[in-house]
Amino acid sequence: MSKVIVVTSGKGGVGKTTTSASFATGLASRGHRTVVIDFDIGLRNLDLVMGCERRVVYDFVNVINEEASLKQALIRDKNDSNLYILPASQTRDKDAFNEQAVGRVINELRENFDYIVCDSPAGIEKGALMALFYADEALVVTNPEISSVRDSDRILGMLAAKSLRAINGDEPIKEHLVVTRYSPVRVEGGEMLALEDIQELLGIDLIGVIPESQAVLQASNSGIPVIRDEQSRSGQAYRDMVSRFLGEDVPMRFLDVEKKGFLKRIFGA
Amino acid sequence: MSIFDYFRRKPAKRSAAIAKERLHIVMAHEHRVVNGPDYLPALKRELMEVIAKYVHVSREDIKVNLERHGDCEILELNIALPEEKETAAAN
Ligand SMILES: Nc1ncnc2c1ncn2[C@@H]1O[C@H](COP(=O)(O)OP(=O)(O)OP(=O)(O)O)[C@@H](O)[C@H]1O
Ligand SMILES: [Mg+2]
Repeated sequence: MSKVIVVTSGKGGVGKTTTSASFATGLASRGHRTVVIDFDIGLRNLDLVMGCERRVVYDFVNVINEEASLKQALIRDKNDSNLYILPASQTRDKDAFNEQAVGRVINELRENFDYIVCDSPAGIEKGALMALFYADEALVVTNPEISSVRDSDRILGMLAAKSLRAINGDEPIKEHLVVTRYSPVRVEGGEMLALEDIQELLGIDLIGVIPESQAVLQASNSGIPVIRDEQSRSGQAYRDMVSRFLGEDVPMRFLDVEKKGFLKRIFGA
Repeated sequence: MSIFDYFRRKPAKRSAAIAKERLHIVMAHEHRVVNGPDYLPALKRELMEVIAKYVHVSREDIKVNLERHGDCEILELNIALPEEKETAAAN
């Protein structure tokens, strides 16, 4: 059985695309046939983070409008034959999205993939609603910050009310909390919401905590999802998250302030 | 660091706790609004129109609330009527 997973947040810039890219790459590296779809029509970004921007010929909207076949539009990852990308279009034709057409594409993908990861745009408009409509599970990406938590709460309301599962009265979407850009130093200082606070407020299961890390920016600069950077803390945290998603019992890491050794303090991490 | 800096730093240190408190309140409110049925805003508007035919009350004096207690939903309509004298004058 294939699974559709939406990566969503309400608030912009919290790390949805970063998370979609690493999550999809991680699932594929574990041997699952995976496709990641960019739902951010008009603001194509996933292709850059995945490093396939120069290979985009057709896009999601072309497939929806039946101007191209899925086979023509899907881009195979250069490092992993289990991984495919369906890029967003750069035309701002939001009306291209309608439930039937998106549903047709999702169903076709379900026949060929184990996991379909949907990178949602920010907001609670059409694009975001389309990205979550067919979801079986959701990664709710949240920063330890007041407006991000509130927006995640709004999105949880949408998942529970506006998805196909909600409308059909099926079993609800399984929701997972991903806290990104977590900074233990600032939490300890009392200026950033702690993990327990966020969990208590949102009331859903935590699947991963991704620390704030320079490696993320470096990774997107080079078009290699940060999960491939095995040295970095955020890469390792994404790897753990994928393992938990696949049902493994992996303890959370990087939650406490890093005690830097003498040499590290002098020469940097 | 002067003694004043010391005092100024304290509230900043607790700001995450303030954020949490505020989120609790605003999210509880939003759950009531968002989870309300779609007809609630329209019902509110039409009720206001009917009431306005008979008494002069402002928008803030009418409160429509839907609350859920277990399986039971209670629609609460609360109208603060103006003082007798004012009503008489208005008529
Ligand atoms: N763990 C992290 N540490 C440091 N920087 C991060 C981290 N996660 C994301 N970022 C940075 O935050 C910015 C926004 O990330 P990203 O594009 O993934 O967010 P988004 O939610 O997809 O944004 P949008 O709502 O615009 O689609 C990027 O510059 C990214 O490099
Ligand atoms: Mg994005």
